[in-house]
Amino acid sequence: MSTLTFGRAINAGLRRAMDNDPKVILMGEDIGKLGGVFRITDGLQKDFGAHRVLDTPLAEAGIMGTAVGMAYRGYRPVVEIQFDGFIYPAFDQIVCQVAKIHYRTQGAVKMPITIRVPFGGGIGSPEHHSESPEAYFTHTSGLRVISPSNPQDAYTMIQQAISSDDPVLYFEPKRRYHVKGEVDEGSDPAASSMEKARVVTEGSDVTLVTYGPLVPTARDAAVAAGDDGVSVEVIDLRSLAPIDFETVEASVRKTGRLVITHEAAQSGGLGAEIAASITERCFYHLEHAPVRVTGFDIPYPYSKLEFHHLPDLDRILDGVDRVLGRPNSLSGLER
Amino acid sequence: MALKNIESVPGGPGETGSGLIQLITADGVRVPEPAYDALVADIDGAALQGLYEDMVVVRRIDSEATALQRQGELALWPPLLGQEAAQIGSGRALRSDDFVFSSYRENAVAYCRGVDLTDILRVWRGNASSGWDPYAINMATPQVIIGAQTLHATGYAMGILNDGDDAVAVTYFGDGATSQGDVNEAMVFAASFQAPVIFFCQNNHWAISEPVGLQAHVPIANRAPGFGIPSVRVDGNDVLACLAVTRQALARARSGGGPTFIEAVTYRMGPHTTADDPTRYRDANELEDWAAKDPLKRLEAHLGSLGLFDEAFTAAVKAKADAVAAELRAGCLGMAEPAPSDVFKHVYSTPNSWLDRQQDHYERYLSSFADSASSDGSS
Repeated sequence: MSTLTFGRAINAGLRRAMDNDPKVILMGEDIGKLGGVFRITDGLQKDFGAHRVLDTPLAEAGIMGTAVGMAYRGYRPVVEIQFDGFIYPAFDQIVCQVAKIHYRTQGAVKMPITIRVPFGGGIGSPEHHSESPEAYFTHTSGLRVISPSNPQDAYTMIQQAISSDDPVLYFEPKRRYHVKGEVDEGSDPAASSMEKARVVTEGSDVTLVTYGPLVPTARDAAVAAGDDGVSVEVIDLRSLAPIDFETVEASVRKTGRLVITHEAAQSGGLGAEIAASITERCFYHLEHAPVRVTGFDIPYPYSKLEFHHLPDLDRILDGVDRVLGRPNSLSGLER
Repeated sequence: MALKNIESVPGGPGETGSGLIQLITADGVRVPEPAYDALVADIDGAALQGLYEDMVVVRRIDSEATALQRQGELALWPPLLGQEAAQIGSGRALRSDDFVFSSYRENAVAYCRGVDLTDILRVWRGNASSGWDPYAINMATPQVIIGAQTLHATGYAMGILNDGDDAVAVTYFGDGATSQGDVNEAMVFAASFQAPVIFFCQNNHWAISEPVGLQAHVPIANRAPGFGIPSVRVDGNDVLACLAVTRQALARARSGGGPTFIEAVTYRMGPHTTADDPTRYRDANELEDWAAKDPLKRLEAHLGSLGLFDEAFTAAVKAKADAVAAELRAGCLGMAEPAPSDVFKHVYSTPNSWLDRQQDHYERYLSSFADSASSDGSS
């Protein structure tokens, strides 16, 4: 076991994947000498060479489209999108090509591309640097979408993403890059699945589902709720497409109450998908309608207001009150 | 000033004046072109006859497929009528280990790659998302998103470089595609990495109803040097010239010289697809002008001048074209229907819990009809 920051854990996972497979190749802007604007690829170009860690021209569609060609040639490209809000020029290549070529070619051509996306807010950045675009991709067939919440998962799941024969979007909660944790660097990534959700803290009154940057916040909320006599079970989804609904369903069958929290905007978001799916699966076990605690349906705000947009501990607890039918901020406003 | 398109400028993208590489004139006269003659010195009479046969066959494939569409056997077909020389000349220059990334109109290139004829039609009959295994003929299946494939070719060529191989990636696209960001980004990447890729642009003058002058105000080939990519403008209706310039570009790429941009100036004699009606937007006189430059007619004239266009030859070519057309038609009509559960196949390469659940539900739903049918039968 070693103690690594979230960012170093991704770096270590990339390094191990590159050691194990010469076809693994990194592509992105500023990922070479600089090591990426977040230093996630620090030292990798020096150790593996400029032919395996490619600084690309500043064109996201170009990066993604050439990664497709690399995959055609038998490579396993790992693409870094510098910031969440910069992914949209690559959207067409991701949705129309990366996601569909395996289907289009009836399985003849695999697209084992990993797309690393630092995402989410809370770092005081200007526009386009704090977005949560995951639902665009979870809505696209052919893609797998995951988001680690801690250094061990970051280390393991990046390797699992790279070894997947399907394209994977790997959403990195950038405000947690400096969080430290124990990482077993000898662990076998093949021994677990990146698509299995994890019960972070067990509880019996409310199921609180989240992923990525809000997992620590949800855990803190569970502790605070516990002080108030409410037992909250926190689930870290880890995989956003597909979602491990079996784990969520088992929890909700126990608690009868579901709160979902994410930074992304509410309408048409993952919270809606989770609420609908769980309602379909175990309607008669629900004591209350599922509750969403999410970012608002607004463009990501300027940084002095971003903590009004981002769900925090108190807003999550407010959601817990709501799902318990207790007096809360929306009492009297909402049935 | 009102906003309007200025579609025609002297020396613009549709003009076919000086600077155009041509080895056989529209009248079938072989003219010297010192920089290119040596590249096709091996093309003897028999080889010219072979190129002619190819062009006749692919024109026949085209007309047969159009007929199949008119008869309701295909949902749609994108004809290549008029572009046979550009596609056969370039296609026949390639090695089997080169890799092609094309649009949806390069059926003649696919023919050169040795595609199974039935596979050409699968997508247009609606029986599959695409027709063939790209690795079987080293050609990606047709790309529908305009220009997207140019990036795939460039990335593939970057992979060739990393492998230390001397294969070349070749991408085909049209004049309309050159307005796409993807095509321009592909040229940036190709130049930056000196990737062994050929950008083969068939300027067929029309992007559905939009004339080439709406896409560019200079010859399209002139853009490439701005990216640091050498370019050449070739008579796209001259199969020998298309072969020569492609060979030159291939040799450059194989020897570490990086990308080349070829603009083959040709003409889409037919509609964009069988769903299109060109009479709504283009002048019949323009079609007549280009009919006089027909790629097959000029090679007929040239072969005639060499004494190589006799009745035995034309009869053999016709027989070949008839046989190919018959095979195409039989393959179309005999295509197996997909099974309902095929709709779920190959979305992912490994099981996906969401999709597996949907498939399970749908199959149980479908089987409920089977149950009721059998119970009806027994009652």
